[in-house]
Amino acid sequence: MSDATHHHDVSAPLPASLTKLGKFWDLNEHDHPEGHSTMLGFWIYLMSDCLIFAMLFAAFGVLGGNYAAGPGPRELFELPLVALNTSMLLFSSITYGFAMLAMQRGSVGQTQLWLLVTAVFGAAFLSIELYEFANLIHEGATPQRSAFLSAFFTLVGTHGLHVTFGLVWLFTLVVQVSKRGLIQANKRRLMCLSLFWHFLDVVWIGVFTFVYLMGMLR
Amino acid sequence: MSAKNYNDLAHTHAHGDANPHAIGHHGEEAHGSMRDYVIGFVLSVVLTAIPFYLVMSGAIADKTTTALIIAGFAVVQIVVHMVYFLHMNGKAEGGWNMLALIFTAVVVLIVISGSMWVMYHMNHNMMPMHAEQMD
Repeated sequence: MSDATHHHDVSAPLPASLTKLGKFWDLNEHDHPEGHSTMLGFWIYLMSDCLIFAMLFAAFGVLGGNYAAGPGPRELFELPLVALNTSMLLFSSITYGFAMLAMQRGSVGQTQLWLLVTAVFGAAFLSIELYEFANLIHEGATPQRSAFLSAFFTLVGTHGLHVTFGLVWLFTLVVQVSKRGLIQANKRRLMCLSLFWHFLDVVWIGVFTFVYLMGMLR
Repeated sequence: MSAKNYNDLAHTHAHGDANPHAIGHHGEEAHGSMRDYVIGFVLSVVLTAIPFYLVMSGAIADKTTTALIIAGFAVVQIVVHMVYFLHMNGKAEGGWNMLALIFTAVVVLIVISGSMWVMYHMNHNMMPMHAEQMD
């Protein structure tokens, strides 16, 4: 066979009636190369992660107005800072896209370069978020202050934690690619991280819209 | 029928279509192009900038209207990200990606709207806390 990845060890041909059935019902145990189901499995993981965020959004939706006579969104949030943060994540999304395009071209150096540019934007996002958190805590707006702040720190903090682990994963892959090159397994890993990274950007759309912008409208 | 012929036949049957290397099978994901990423990025910038402008400038006096409009922008931007960055379509992984996404979207909708609805009514029912009732 021309394609080395497909082997079908069938010793005897099946009756014609059964081969017809095979159109609907996979009768022969044909070989699947390693990692053939990784992308679907990872997607399902992301969907389960989506449910975690849905619960945190629901908690924020329910508790977001309970200030316990403490400060509310309008006293606390600085939209220019949030806009800057949002742009960092958006830039990191397109630079990760460039890394994927470089990967498709098979260019190791450019893949690593764009991954590192993505890491810079990701780190900038995290730094701005930590600066914001530090300011809030300094002003006395700690997670213990009110139900609103508990829900806020849990939701935004969980997203930030995801970005942190995304960065750890990203640096791991930069090292992997430099050691092994763009082998099939590394391409698969880069595609999984691509889904993860863009997924976090999607969650952030929900955060800046429903937490920050709608918070200012309360 | 020779064994080789059977293999070819089985191969076609097992994959259920004429092109066994169709996108979605055997770990091949739909790839984006430079055009996709640039379109996605430009749309995202516009769809982010408008809600921020609306809230920061207070261009629309009515807050409920503003909230509904920015929620609409968020939904559109999420779809833009799904299509241009996550390369979602009905064909990837034989449609299972899309099915999982639709299922998740339904659960997310139920969790969020259900929680807010139930808790709003609970708050509402507990609201009248006048001084005479406190005793």
